[in-house]
Amino acid sequence: MLKRKLKIALPSTGKFLFGSGFAGMLVIGWFIFPMVLYKSEPQPIQFSHKVHTGEQAGMACEDCHVISDDGRFLGIPAVAKCAECHSSPIGESANEKSLVENYIIPNKEIPWHIYSRQPDNAYFSHASHVRLAHLKCEECHGPIGESARLKVYQVNRISGYSRDIWGENISGIPSHPWEGMKMDRCVHCHEKNGRRDGCIECHK
Amino acid sequence: MHNLRSWNVENNTSKGLENLIMETISEKKSQYGMMIDLDRCNGCGACAVACAVENNVPPAYQQTNTRTGITWMRVFEIPNDEQFPQSDSVFVPMFCQQCENETPCVTVCPQNAVEIDPLTGIVGQIPQRCLGCRYCMAACPYHARYFNWRDPKWTDGMKLQLNPDVAPRMRGVVEKCNFCHGRLHTARQKAAANGSEKIDPNDYVPACVESCPNKAIIFGDLEDGSSEISQAIKSKNTFRFLSRLGTEPKVYFNSGRAWVREMAEQALTRTKKEEIYG
Repeated sequence: MLKRKLKIALPSTGKFLFGSGFAGMLVIGWFIFPMVLYKSEPQPIQFSHKVHTGEQAGMACEDCHVISDDGRFLGIPAVAKCAECHSSPIGESANEKSLVENYIIPNKEIPWHIYSRQPDNAYFSHASHVRLAHLKCEECHGPIGESARLKVYQVNRISGYSRDIWGENISGIPSHPWEGMKMDRCVHCHEKNGRRDGCIECHK
Repeated sequence: MHNLRSWNVENNTSKGLENLIMETISEKKSQYGMMIDLDRCNGCGACAVACAVENNVPPAYQQTNTRTGITWMRVFEIPNDEQFPQSDSVFVPMFCQQCENETPCVTVCPQNAVEIDPLTGIVGQIPQRCLGCRYCMAACPYHARYFNWRDPKWTDGMKLQLNPDVAPRMRGVVEKCNFCHGRLHTARQKAAANGSEKIDPNDYVPACVESCPNKAIIFGDLEDGSSEISQAIKSKNTFRFLSRLGTEPKVYFNSGRAWVREMAEQALTRTKKEEIYG
C-alpha cells in the first residue's frame, strides 16, 4: 500500500522540484542578477529638464547642449553656463540652492554621471547627425526634455558602463525606440538609410 | 588604378551581381594616399615621434627591442654599399603602405578585424575583433604591423597628453598606421558643423606630414585630380616599395637617385644570424 502511494507521489515530487528550480533560476536570472549587476549612484544634484524647457524658461536643447564651431559636441554645459541665470538662487528649491552654494560660487564643475558615455573606441559626431542627417534630439535620447527629475544612474559593475547603453530592459529588447545605445541600433539606422560604412567610420 | 573592386565589376558578366557590387560602392569615394620624397628626408625621425604621440602609442617597456616595440612609423637608413667617393645612403620612413589590391593583412585575417574602408581606401584595424594570432604580421610584406605584448602603461604626467580622438589598444592585439583616421573624423565633424559633407583637405593632414621639417611628405586624395598628390605621383621618379607583388600600395615614394628606385624592389639580404637560425 505504502509502495503504491510512493510510486504515485515520486514523479510529481520530481516535477515539482524541477519546476520550482526552473522558476527559481528564472527569478534569479531575470530579477536578482540585474539587481546585483547594476550599482545605483546618485547624481550630485537633482535637475529638472521640464522647468527649463517648459513655459517658465522656454529653452531649447541647443541652448545648453551646444555644438561648437569646429563640430565638437560640448555635452553637458559647464557650470559657467548655469551661472548665466543662476548667479543667485531664482526659486526656492533646495537643489538650486545647492547648485549656487556648492558649485557656482566656488566655480567648481558638477561631477555628473553621464548616462550615455560610450566606450573609448566608439566615435560619434553629433554635428553630422544633427546638421547633416537632421535627426531630432528626441529620436535617440527620448523625451528627456520633458522629465521633471533625473533618473537614477546605474552602472554595470563588470563593464563600468551606464545601464542606458544596454537599455532598461534586461532582455535587450527595447520597450521604446530610444532605449539602449548599442552598436546594433547605429547599424540598423545606417542600413535603413542606405549607408554602407566601414568599421573605422564609427570606431577610432 | 586597377584594384580588386574594379576587377570584380569588369569581369562579372552577371548583370545582377554587377549591380550589387556597384551598389555597395559609395559615389563619394576617396582614395587617400601619401608620397614621400626620399631625397628630402634627412632621417630626423620627427614623423615617428609625432605619429606615436598622435596615436597614443605607449612608451616602450624595459627590454623592448626592435622586434617587440611598437613603431607605426619607423625610419630605416639604407646604404648603397659602395666605397667612399660613391658611398651614399637613403632614409626610408616605413609604415603601413595601405595596399589596395588583395591586401595581404585583410585576406589572411581570420577575424575580419582588418578591412579596407569603402569610403576612404584606408586599411583599418579593429582591435576589439583582433585575437592576436599575428597572421597579418607574417603576411605584411612591409613589416608595418606591431603587436601589443603588454598592456599599455603611461605615467601620470603622460596620461594628460593622450589624444582623445584615438582609442588606446590593449594587450594581445595588432596595430598599425591608419593615416591618422582620428583626424579625418575631426575634419568631417568640422565640415558637418557647417552643413557640408565635403571636408576641407587642409583639415585632414596626418601627424607625420604635419611634423616633417623638410616637407618631404605629401598627403591627399588620389581620386581628386586637382590634389597635389595626384599630380605628384605622375613624376617619372615615383615608385612604390615591392610593387612587383601587385598589392597596389597607396603610399608612393620619390627619388631622383636610380639606385634608390631599384632598391625598392629588392628583398632584404638575410643577415648572418638569419642564415644560421632560419
